[in-house]
Amino acid sequence: MLKVSNLSISYKKINAVRDISFEISKGEIVSLIGSNGAGKTSTMRAISGLVRAKSGSITLNGEELAGKPPARIVSAGIVHVPEGRQVFSRLTVAENLEMGGYLTRDKRIVRERMEYVFDLFPVLRERLRQKAGSLSGGEQQMLAIGRGLVTGPKVLLLDEPSLGLAPIVVERVFEVIRKLQQGGMTILLVEQNAVDAMAISGRTYIMESGAIVLDGPSAEIAENDEVKRIYLGGKETWATSLLS
Amino acid sequence: MGYFTAQLISAVKLGSIYALVAIGYSIVYSIMGMINFAHGELLMIATFSLWVLLNAGVPFALAVALAILVTALFGILIERIAYRSIRDAGESTQIITSLAVSIFLEALCQAIFNSSSKALIIPDFFSKTFRILDTTVSVIDVVTLACTLILTLAVVLIIRRTAVGKAMRAVADNMEAADLMGIDKNRIITAAFVIGSVLAAVAGILYSGKYTSFSNDMGFMLGVKAFIAAVLGGLGSLTGAVTGGYIMAVLEVFFSGYLPRGVVSYQTAFTFLVLILVLLVRPNGLFGSSNRQRS
Amino acid sequence: MEKVKLRNNPLFRFLAVVLLPLLALLLAAFTGGSYYESVLVLFFINIILAASLNLTNGITGIFSLGQAGFMALGAYASSILTLSEKTKNTMVRNMPEWLAKIQLPFIPALIVAAVFSMLIAGLIGFAILRARGHYLAVITLGMVIVIKSVLDNANNLTNGSRGLSGMARYSTLPVVVIAALLTLFILYRIRISAFGRAMIALREDEDAAASLGINYSTIRLMSFMISAFFGAVGGGLWAHLQRTIAPSLFYFNETFIILEMSVLGGMASLSGAIPGAAILTFVPQILANFSTGFTLFGIQIPQINGLTNIVMSVLFIVTIIFRKQGIAGNSEYIVSSLFDRQTYTGLFKKETYTGFADAFRRKKSA
Repeated sequence: MLKVSNLSISYKKINAVRDISFEISKGEIVSLIGSNGAGKTSTMRAISGLVRAKSGSITLNGEELAGKPPARIVSAGIVHVPEGRQVFSRLTVAENLEMGGYLTRDKRIVRERMEYVFDLFPVLRERLRQKAGSLSGGEQQMLAIGRGLVTGPKVLLLDEPSLGLAPIVVERVFEVIRKLQQGGMTILLVEQNAVDAMAISGRTYIMESGAIVLDGPSAEIAENDEVKRIYLGGKETWATSLLS
Repeated sequence: MGYFTAQLISAVKLGSIYALVAIGYSIVYSIMGMINFAHGELLMIATFSLWVLLNAGVPFALAVALAILVTALFGILIERIAYRSIRDAGESTQIITSLAVSIFLEALCQAIFNSSSKALIIPDFFSKTFRILDTTVSVIDVVTLACTLILTLAVVLIIRRTAVGKAMRAVADNMEAADLMGIDKNRIITAAFVIGSVLAAVAGILYSGKYTSFSNDMGFMLGVKAFIAAVLGGLGSLTGAVTGGYIMAVLEVFFSGYLPRGVVSYQTAFTFLVLILVLLVRPNGLFGSSNRQRS
Repeated sequence: MEKVKLRNNPLFRFLAVVLLPLLALLLAAFTGGSYYESVLVLFFINIILAASLNLTNGITGIFSLGQAGFMALGAYASSILTLSEKTKNTMVRNMPEWLAKIQLPFIPALIVAAVFSMLIAGLIGFAILRARGHYLAVITLGMVIVIKSVLDNANNLTNGSRGLSGMARYSTLPVVVIAALLTLFILYRIRISAFGRAMIALREDEDAAASLGINYSTIRLMSFMISAFFGAVGGGLWAHLQRTIAPSLFYFNETFIILEMSVLGGMASLSGAIPGAAILTFVPQILANFSTGFTLFGIQIPQINGLTNIVMSVLFIVTIIFRKQGIAGNSEYIVSSLFDRQTYTGLFKKETYTGFADAFRRKKSA
């Protein structure tokens, strides 16, 4: 469904991403894992049109999207939920969600999608008139995902959705991601929290210094000794125990 | 008593003009984080457009509408040509550029119309006077106040209620996140310039209508004062812009009306000193928030 | 032998930055007549003004729009000090007797005026330098307005909006050349000193600089005061070139001219003051010939008012869009070539000449 081929990105003269290719099929969760500065976020930003790729192609169901402006990419059906939430902190929760529907002409559809978001995150309905900046970190993350969903995406790009959240909240966020998949959503998940990401995703790509170094079914990747050593720290967590 | 009321009324008139112009500064600032020093020149553009149209025999109401339109077009052009490419440059670059735009527009106007002062002839209706309590008020004073109230209310409604207004606030709040929602920031910024320009155009016409004579240098000082009013109220806050505009006018009018002889000629200095003092005590203005978050 | 680039060869530096400009200057001074002489004097004064602004705006990162104010202080203070008692008493009503009595030679008057301006800057700066960015820009612009308002109204000191006149033409070419060189030299020494590095550190990252133990309020204040000192020197020299001054001459227009020189030349570089001043001095002189109307390809172009402002502001906007660091950028090539000892000691070394010839050949074959 979403296909990235030979993508390279550079800032000034530094190559952030070098010639990577990957693919996500419909209804799949794919995780992209790597250490800080490996190029995961750059990859996402290129897909969502925030940065211009130096070369390569990005297609959604065959439609070329590389080099298109963000608005075009959103209307094609890809939405990027950025790292660090980035909610509109001085707008209310309701207004934040409405912004998700900015490109959707038919406001009835926007309402429907908002109802769907409220079903996923009932807490947002309670906070509707509150300024987004006053929400807790977890609620902001839910709002950010919810706002993304109101755009009516086919593909959801989630950048570090668990970053800086309490473990209990992380669990809830991952539950929602799973639920979204059950509803047929295609998800690209960028995480430093490799354990949880691999637990939830069907396939995993590992990125290092701008290149993909390993890929395969998450269960297999999680068994890789190198991966275990670097990303899983050898710890037994609920996720690794689940996988094994 | 009569003297005081008269002073108060002229403060309200002047304050209305400042408020209209200050709102424009504030909107553009909160969205782009830039100070558009050329904003004051829009008053000049509106006035000259109206003057040309009236001289060409266009009926007054139509001429006013066209003058506002022309001013809005200039606002769009200024943003498109001069400001778009420096959007990510530093504060000082933006200030300098807008100063240059200001000088350019003023000089261009001088080149076309020369720098002599001109008279704007508005329908007699506006200069009719009547008495309220113990003071004489003219129709244009009432129109000025009414326009300010209506336009301020309209701007508040646009920004609070409409999709464009909400998108404006979203862009101001977090430009990148707005991008990711598919909000075309160029269009939103254009909309902000249009709103600012329309308000400036109305302010310019009201100002020249009141004082009837004008020249190509009318805009800069008015602009600077309105800008300082916006800063005083807290850049980025509409309430702040309006309040700042009226405070600025009250200071100016009352300093010149009540300072002792011998000191009264320093009124400009006093006004600015007070403003500088306020800023030193409250660096973000009266209604400004200290933790502005931009990305 | 190590290959030194041609532009770094002492002989090349000497020729390009010292000898050729000197010859050009002498040629212009002796053959040009009085009009060209006064344009050149203006050029050197502008160098001082631009360099003084670069210290705050470019090097320390204090974005000030107030230089015209300090220029005014220098112009007025020095003029009051050099004018004779008789002139002052006939021109200015009720000037305080002690002030009317004082008459100093030009150079001491200039220095007193500059110190005066520096002290005022100290007072003002103490209050305003806590402001940043936009706010500082506004406050310094407000300062220009306040200074003009005072000059306009302190009739018994400044003769109000009529201004002062009758100053002697002390700003001759040798005087301004020496003043400009001294200004650049002192500012350059400041820039390369530990103090100057602290200024740059402050510009780059205030928090980091503070964490290194740099006391930024002191440095900002010092920078502002030094800048005001040289701004006033420029103003004093200017007053004794024009021989007539009035408050309206030190207002937004002058603010903008100084800013333009600074930005076009390159704010972050003292060397930038030279090309900046050159453009803002010579281009308007050339344009003045056209502003009364001219014929272009057989088409009669009528008189254009404000032509200079139109051309300069467009030039300015285009520069900012395409090269916002200005002509010189971060390079101090001109000033360092002028004041580094190697430029001169290098002339007595053989390898300078062989290196020059070698680099020249390489350049040609390349």
